[in-house]
Amino acid sequence: MDDFIAARSQMALSLGFHIIFSCIGMVMPFFMAVSHWYWLKTNKIVYKNVTKAWSQGVAIFFATGAVSGTVLSFELGLLWPKFMNHAGPIFGMPFSLEGTAFFIEAIALGFFLYGWDRFNPWFHWVTGVIVGISGLVSGILVVAANAWMNSPSGFDYVNGQYINIDPIKAMFNDAWFSQALHMSIAAFAATGFAVAGVHAIMILKHKNVEFHTKSFKIAAVFGCIAALLQPLSGDLSAKYVARTQPAKLAAMEAHFHTEKSASLLIGGIPDTKNKRVDYGLKLPGLLSFMAHGNFDAEVTGLDQIPIQNQPPIAITHYAFQIMVGLGMLMMALSGLYFLALWKYRNWLSSRWLLNLFAVATPAGFIAVEAGWTVTEVGRQPWIIQGIMRTADAVTPMPGIIYSFYLYTGVYVSLALVVIFMLYRQIRMVGKLYDLPATSNQLVH
Amino acid sequence: MLYVVIGYLWAAILLYLLLGGADFGAGIIEFFTSEANQSRTQKTLYRAIGPIWEANHMWLIITVVILFVGFPAIYATMSVYLHIPLTIMLLGIIARGTAFAFRHYDAVVDDMQGLYNRIFVYSSFITPLFLGIIAGSSVSSHIDPMATTFLDAYVYSWLDWFSVSVGLFTVTICGYLAAIYLIGETASHGERQRFMRKARFMNLAAVGCGALVFVAAYAEGIPLFNWVFGNWIGLTAISAATLSLVLMWYLLVKGKRYIVRVLAGFQITMILLVTTIHHFPNIVLLKNGGYLSLLEHRGHDKTIESLGTALLLGSVFILPALFYLIYSFQKKAHAPLKQNF
Ligand code: HDD
Ligand code: HEM
Ligand code: HEM
Repeated sequence: MDDFIAARSQMALSLGFHIIFSCIGMVMPFFMAVSHWYWLKTNKIVYKNVTKAWSQGVAIFFATGAVSGTVLSFELGLLWPKFMNHAGPIFGMPFSLEGTAFFIEAIALGFFLYGWDRFNPWFHWVTGVIVGISGLVSGILVVAANAWMNSPSGFDYVNGQYINIDPIKAMFNDAWFSQALHMSIAAFAATGFAVAGVHAIMILKHKNVEFHTKSFKIAAVFGCIAALLQPLSGDLSAKYVARTQPAKLAAMEAHFHTEKSASLLIGGIPDTKNKRVDYGLKLPGLLSFMAHGNFDAEVTGLDQIPIQNQPPIAITHYAFQIMVGLGMLMMALSGLYFLALWKYRNWLSSRWLLNLFAVATPAGFIAVEAGWTVTEVGRQPWIIQGIMRTADAVTPMPGIIYSFYLYTGVYVSLALVVIFMLYRQIRMVGKLYDLPATSNQLVH
Repeated sequence: MLYVVIGYLWAAILLYLLLGGADFGAGIIEFFTSEANQSRTQKTLYRAIGPIWEANHMWLIITVVILFVGFPAIYATMSVYLHIPLTIMLLGIIARGTAFAFRHYDAVVDDMQGLYNRIFVYSSFITPLFLGIIAGSSVSSHIDPMATTFLDAYVYSWLDWFSVSVGLFTVTICGYLAAIYLIGETASHGERQRFMRKARFMNLAAVGCGALVFVAAYAEGIPLFNWVFGNWIGLTAISAATLSLVLMWYLLVKGKRYIVRVLAGFQITMILLVTTIHHFPNIVLLKNGGYLSLLEHRGHDKTIESLGTALLLGSVFILPALFYLIYSFQKKAHAPLKQNF
């Protein structure tokens, strides 16, 4: 592995790690706000317990999210100094605003985590909601920065110089809306399914059933609404990609030959040498429709992209298949869940539905990682689409490979510790929250 | 607007040194605490810094963001030549932040606590050490853009007596700030005496390490003496800091617990002032006599304009909320806590 690949792998590892914690950090506050609301409204102690148990777990995620984010803001320079030297002043606007959002989040978090029984209950509730809103805003802002790398705007590139810089225009680049929308919904879908899945497993094990049933419902409703919306917003994303990054779209679909009325490829093994795909399922005209909203439109193929500007096809294609496949499954499961809520309430306590949710626990997060792989790998060889190559941005320092090993070690151990702690949190639910669940007694 | 941005940069560094420093220092104090007192110290510490812990380290992020948006060449140069100390500092930040959260939120209290404690304490030492080394090496003129070997470019850029002494000095300052802060956070008399002793020890250590910095600077041919004492601002600031130190100990003995924090903060502010004012606007000095300047190596005007606006706008939201957070937990810190687990 050379230093360049090592730098890319380290960046991918760090972001892939951070994204999990940041998704949880931006979504869980909303789940907690709902159960907290029920507690304040109904005085049912189980809701207070759910809120507290969640907030204990979330505090661990917050700490890990915050440190891994801090690392990222240095890594951008440590690994890609030449990129930051030019891009910093252009795409920095969202980051400067994000500072405010983080700060508010951190302050509100202080109030929320340490404020139990110390403040007016509704003030305390509001601080929890503020944690969620500011987390969501930071997610949107940082994704706007990433969208700029996909569709750079807000400057003119003349003879290797970046002139006429307009940071506001750079922030509101073409891709920011579709990407930020898709990312925010993804965070809800992924976290919702993960949390619902864990509680489903506990219900199946007959542990603290009332507690876990309440938690399951809150998480599942959020997750399922998001999962139903996700394909719609994904379709919007695809249209933007088709417009601004035809090479990425072609790689996603392993679309080797430019053609009219192109068919959507499901699965399949791309054969880059012979420029064809084996075994895929082809749905005629659908790719043209997905990319341009018209069944007859022409879709640019890889044959129109110079070879040195093509992204890795196989990775991009498989990642896209994984994301879309999981998206479809999650949508189907969500449909079942709402059907159950609406018509067939007896399904709700049936083992098969809970088993499905248990199996789907990691689905959303796998889709998130796959989606980011599509975005990032599909942009290669560019770090700023069409302007700067990733290879030209990397740090001159040799030996990045050791840094990559080091970070891998650190992140793997951190992940293990977090899983271990989460396991202990969940195991302790019985001990800490095993109160007569239906009683309305007030406990302080 | 440029000066607004520079002002924020300086203030963010100062606040990180003060608030983040007291936070690191708490771990350093724990290191110097005997086993018997450890758990009590941890409780005091947790109550004192828990609620503002997340907010403290935001100052570092703000510093980084201002650098890479407003002064990208400075950020990029430092990232390249100080890659190694930055990485070590980051590892320290990861270890410390997670160990702090883990030891409090672990649902089961068992042997793991010992591990979390050890990680917390060591990383509380390493992180400010390397922060100091980074600060020292930015002005030590050892960064060499012409270097041809790995050692010259990426190791001797920061590994020298001067930078290491600045690192040690930073560690002692953090310990000192924490001890002074914690004196005001405890209700019991014995506890207070203990933190007083710690503060005295850290104060002496800081003076010792400060002297070491001057010696190292002399040995490395860095005109530090001239930077600090060569102008009236430096002289005034140092005298004021010394006076406030005397006053502070007098008040401490008198039992004043809160005003002394302001004085300790004042001393650190003065130290940062004298060490930065002399070579303003150059914040990185290079081996070949070159430098990176906040005035010359800044981003485009429009960028500075919007960065300044974002910072001003942010302060309108942040500062009142932050003050309210600190105020409410100060006020309520000693109120009995009702907890059901
Ligand atoms: C729960 C997670 C999840 C699910 C179920 C889906 N996605 Fe997704 N997708 C993401 C999570 C995600 C993501 C990780 O959040 C990405 C990466 C960058 C971004 O903005 O969102 C993404 C990127 C992304 C992109 C690339 C955007 C770009 O590069 O700018 C496209 C075209 C789609 N998605 C399309 C879809 C479609 C058609 C789906 C149909 C089911 C779908 N996604 C489901
Ligand atoms: C959090 C979700 C993200 C994940 C999982 C992710 C994943 C990746 C991956 C897999 C790569 C390597 C691509 C390759 O070398 O083939 C990469 C590179 C990179 N990403 Fe992301 N990314 C994420 C978000 C972001 C965001 C929000 C930004 C910036 C604001 C960003 C900036 C970069 C940069 C600068 C590189 C290195 C250059 C490059 O390979 O293009 N990423 N990321
Ligand atoms: C898709 C990519 C990303 C998303 C959605 C995202 C979102 C978030 C969210 C919601 C948080 C706060 C939640 C928490 O503390 O757990 C957070 C924390 C953080 N993120 Fe990210 N982030 C992404 C990528 C990045 C990148 C590329 C950087 C750096 C350049 C970054 C820097 C940070 C920092 C410094 C923090 C800590 C702030 C704090 O102390 O609360 N993030 N991120």
